[in-house]
Amino acid sequence: MSERNEDGLSRRALLQRAALGAAALGLSGCDRLSQNDALLNLLGGAQALNMTAQRLLAGDALAIEYPASMISPVFRPNGSTDPQTDLYRGYLANDFTDWRLEIGGLVDNPLSLSLAEIRAMPARTQITRHDCVEGWSVIGQWTGPVLGDVLARAGVQPQARYVVFHCMDQLNGRNFYYESIDMVAARHPQTLLAHSLNGEAVPVANGAPLRLRVERQLGYKMAKYLHGITLVEHFDDIQGGKGGYWEDRGYTWYAGI
Amino acid sequence: MSDKNSPQAPSQNPHVRAGPRHRLPVRLWHWFNLWCLIVLLMSGLQIFNAHPALYWGSVSTFDDPWLEMYAIRTPAGDIEGITALGSWQFETTGVLGYSRVAGQPAVRGFPEWSTLPGYQHLSMGRLWHFFFAWLFAISGALFVIYALFSGHLKRDLWPAGREWRGLGRDILNHLKCRFHDHAGKYNSLQKLSYAGVIFVALPLMILTGLCMSPTFNAVAPWLLDLFGGRQSARSLHFIVATLLVLFVIVHVLLVLLTHPLRQLRGMITGRAPVGSDARRRHQDSEPSHE
Repeated sequence: MSERNEDGLSRRALLQRAALGAAALGLSGCDRLSQNDALLNLLGGAQALNMTAQRLLAGDALAIEYPASMISPVFRPNGSTDPQTDLYRGYLANDFTDWRLEIGGLVDNPLSLSLAEIRAMPARTQITRHDCVEGWSVIGQWTGPVLGDVLARAGVQPQARYVVFHCMDQLNGRNFYYESIDMVAARHPQTLLAHSLNGEAVPVANGAPLRLRVERQLGYKMAKYLHGITLVEHFDDIQGGKGGYWEDRGYTWYAGI
Repeated sequence: MSDKNSPQAPSQNPHVRAGPRHRLPVRLWHWFNLWCLIVLLMSGLQIFNAHPALYWGSVSTFDDPWLEMYAIRTPAGDIEGITALGSWQFETTGVLGYSRVAGQPAVRGFPEWSTLPGYQHLSMGRLWHFFFAWLFAISGALFVIYALFSGHLKRDLWPAGREWRGLGRDILNHLKCRFHDHAGKYNSLQKLSYAGVIFVALPLMILTGLCMSPTFNAVAPWLLDLFGGRQSARSLHFIVATLLVLFVIVHVLLVLLTHPLRQLRGMITGRAPVGSDARRRHQDSEPSHE
């Protein structure tokens, strides 16, 4: 028996087991439909429509900025709030003095920036609302260099289509968090590499030492605990291939709604 | 009265078929929209369950939502589901706050039977919600255009001058469970509720839904201001959805009270036979109007 056949058998056995499991759980018709790949692809098609329609409507429009009086007393953290990876604990132990942000991939001048260098760059400060995919919102003031300016320094090559953010935290203890945005989102004037929240260094719970802000999308796009940025033509070969930690787990890549 | 739609119209032949009661676009949209609303409601409750609390304003003030579902452990050690509306707390174990999922007790807002999927799966709920939101918005827009240009709005949905004056009497009659059939036409309360749903509630669902989108907020910050901020938009989305559920309940109850088979057939085939069945029921249930 060829390897392929064995795979086929084991896959069928797996599917049968999954079906039995589903039946045992007493799933409703729609729940069973929710496990059908073809249907999921169809439903996911709305993501493309959402993105096309919203990009058409929004253009470069800025996200709403709020007055300082509306800053939330606590900026609720979510996802990783205290990363336990050796990588992160090592940098945290000496206050990120030896941490560097590596920018590479499809760029002319790969960069390696220290936190001090990033803090010395021209920065934008904005008070914006952070919307979690779960439904809640908080307002905070973010400061940091505009991503577009940093990318210009690195010299993005024309074939680059996505900016991938590599993080130092693991939510499930195995896979490092990562995210990706396209050049439209990356070059938006409010897309920042934020080093400060409400005038202080970004706290550990909110992504120290550096986190991404993509103001017109939902919270899970805004990768925390950054340590690397790569410019790529496609992201199929990175982790689950869907362009982000939560995207690999079923969430839509476009998170503008 | 000689309108052939009217059940009062004398008919010797029980198999005579009346003219169209509802036109094809009305029937198509009615059932398609019902399907959309069911999926949108159930996937919406799935999304709500990811953070079963509602606030007013731009942000979440996590300490004082105006509506919240959660679970507590009682001094006796039992777990109870609680629904808090402002400062009122209601024990809602088994339905809201704490209920069984696949046989296992779980802390969740709305129960398994009301959400899509039944188990907690936010990303899947979002896929269903946005796909059907497009179907709902496109079919709804087409129907509104049809209603405006075919005369459906003017002819069937917008109350005429004298109907506005008769509104008080119509409400009284409804309260007394006396339901007229105005020669196959909608009465003024029906007109107002249908027009309200089609031209106010359903568009509000789309607009409050869009106002939860951070990208759409950049497009129309004034609309977000109009609703009072993103968390207000989320609350209004929930409240209008609740009103729509109440509308559907009342709508179905009234159909059940007034010739359910004939009404159902009318909305499916467009035609309602003025048959013996319909006449008998009519005479039984509404002698005062004969």
